[in-house]
Amino acid sequence: MRSLNALPVHELNQLLQNGECSSVDIVSDVISAIERVDDRIGAYLDYDGEHALKEARASDERRSNGCQLPLLGIPVGLKDVLNVRGMACGCASRILEGYTSPYDAYVVTRLREAGAVILGRLNMDEFAMGSTNENSAYKPTRNPWNQDYVPGGSSGGSAAAVSACEAVAALGSDTGGSIRQPASFCGCVGLKPTYGRVSRRGLTAFASSLDQVGPVVRDVRDAALLLEVIAGHDRFDSTSLNIPLSSYRDTLTGDISGMKLGIPKEYFIDGMDPDVKKTVQDAIDKCAELGAELVDVELPHTEYAVAVYYIIATAEASANLARFDGVRYGARVDGRDPLDMYGKTRAGYLGDEVKRRIILGTYVLSSGYYDEYYIRAQKARTLIRNDFENAFGTCDALIAPVTPTTSFRFGEKGDDPLQMYLGDIFTVPVNLAGICGISVPCGMSGSGLPIGLQIIGPAFKEERILRAAHAYEQATDWHNQKPEIARTAGMS
Amino acid sequence: METGTRQNTEHIDVSYVAHLARLHLADSEIQVFQKQLDHILQHVHMLTHLDVDHVEPTAHAMPVENAYREDDIRPCLSHDEVMDNAPNGRGGLFIVPKIIE
Repeated sequence: MRSLNALPVHELNQLLQNGECSSVDIVSDVISAIERVDDRIGAYLDYDGEHALKEARASDERRSNGCQLPLLGIPVGLKDVLNVRGMACGCASRILEGYTSPYDAYVVTRLREAGAVILGRLNMDEFAMGSTNENSAYKPTRNPWNQDYVPGGSSGGSAAAVSACEAVAALGSDTGGSIRQPASFCGCVGLKPTYGRVSRRGLTAFASSLDQVGPVVRDVRDAALLLEVIAGHDRFDSTSLNIPLSSYRDTLTGDISGMKLGIPKEYFIDGMDPDVKKTVQDAIDKCAELGAELVDVELPHTEYAVAVYYIIATAEASANLARFDGVRYGARVDGRDPLDMYGKTRAGYLGDEVKRRIILGTYVLSSGYYDEYYIRAQKARTLIRNDFENAFGTCDALIAPVTPTTSFRFGEKGDDPLQMYLGDIFTVPVNLAGICGISVPCGMSGSGLPIGLQIIGPAFKEERILRAAHAYEQATDWHNQKPEIARTAGMS
Repeated sequence: METGTRQNTEHIDVSYVAHLARLHLADSEIQVFQKQLDHILQHVHMLTHLDVDHVEPTAHAMPVENAYREDDIRPCLSHDEVMDNAPNGRGGLFIVPKIIE
């Protein structure tokens, strides 16, 4: 029998509908893939195979009774930043040791309503802070294409699991590129929805004005399907906007003739990996071949984006992470008074990158520096937003690389966090502007590592970037490439 | 770019800020963070080249107005469910070290 764990969700749905496989078959294949390869990949922090099989049996039962749902019996992996009632939610941090979530995140409720089987918790950089998964307090996740290389981050577990065929679909979160960058590094499709498109309730907050939940999947059709399930207005998240949803799958016509794609010149910089530059250029040419009209655009404040992002994101993080103090949940180190307890608990259980960002964020919000750093960054954020607004005056969507380089070796960036942060240059502007972006595979480097193409759209125009990404994807074969380890995972 | 004063503003007093952030850092950590954070601030300094005098700050990317809803009573977490996660609790209360002598 063919290996179900290597198929996209929409194909599994077809097989399920035709009675050619059961949910139990799918979940069994995924579990056996995890058992075969995850000791080498480290994508999962935890999974409950027995419980997933029980849910799969119930799904099969429902289907036999005529139930039809968009994800009925489909197993989905969740980044460890999403709360699931009765499960641990640790954000890959030791400070949440012992925490069991008392409620479902909004997106988890939506997945359950759609019939999905919740499979397990996927590894990540601690509190979603990082670009490599090296900041997980538990273990690094390895890139399925070459295990000496990082999978990207912070949703590295989500991307690695899908890439290695240990998951058929996953959710991640994207604050500054944390879905798109690992999707690009691992050869998956990753979508960051518009800020406000998906509720953040139950997504452990990192930077509240930037965070969004989104899918990490095998192809663009699956991204559209998952977005249809998780998007929408939530009365318990006042930042989720009540704007009508499109049927995202219906928009995938394969036709992009006449679509105006803007090429931002600031996204093709000196020092970029030549393989990335060439591959993305080839992808742009392919879109032109498919009938898209190419226009040159400028995003003149791009060079400031990393500085703006690391002020705003750390400021918000320093406030959000104040709740981890050892009083109400998670780990505690006793102290002689409460201040002593907070300080010892936080110092003892938070990792270096998280501490560094809390200190930076606290500093930029502190008296005397607030105007100089925080307010100035918020003003620069306006300029970055305006750049996109101006660009979208002359084009429908932007087409660009996701990152300046492909994946790199563990430890390669040394102990200089700034070098790591600068790699976020093409993803953070999208979060700062609150707009949507998708990463879709567009080639391989000379050393056999995936390269992603980023398509960026205006706010609430997900259907546009999905249509463009889908047309490109269907005209190429990059999304069907699988790493060698996927064979071990049971790919036929 | 380049003056002595500028250097001063790009120096975080890590042990003071760590105190504000309730992080008891070891001296060795302070030293490492000091160097790394000063380096990051040098990069961030580029923002002073921007003329932002007449620019409105953006706090949220989407213009969020007040979001109202009916003030109706809905199910919420029970006391027990919340207290189950407490590192130290008794009788529905979180136990912490003594605050007032």
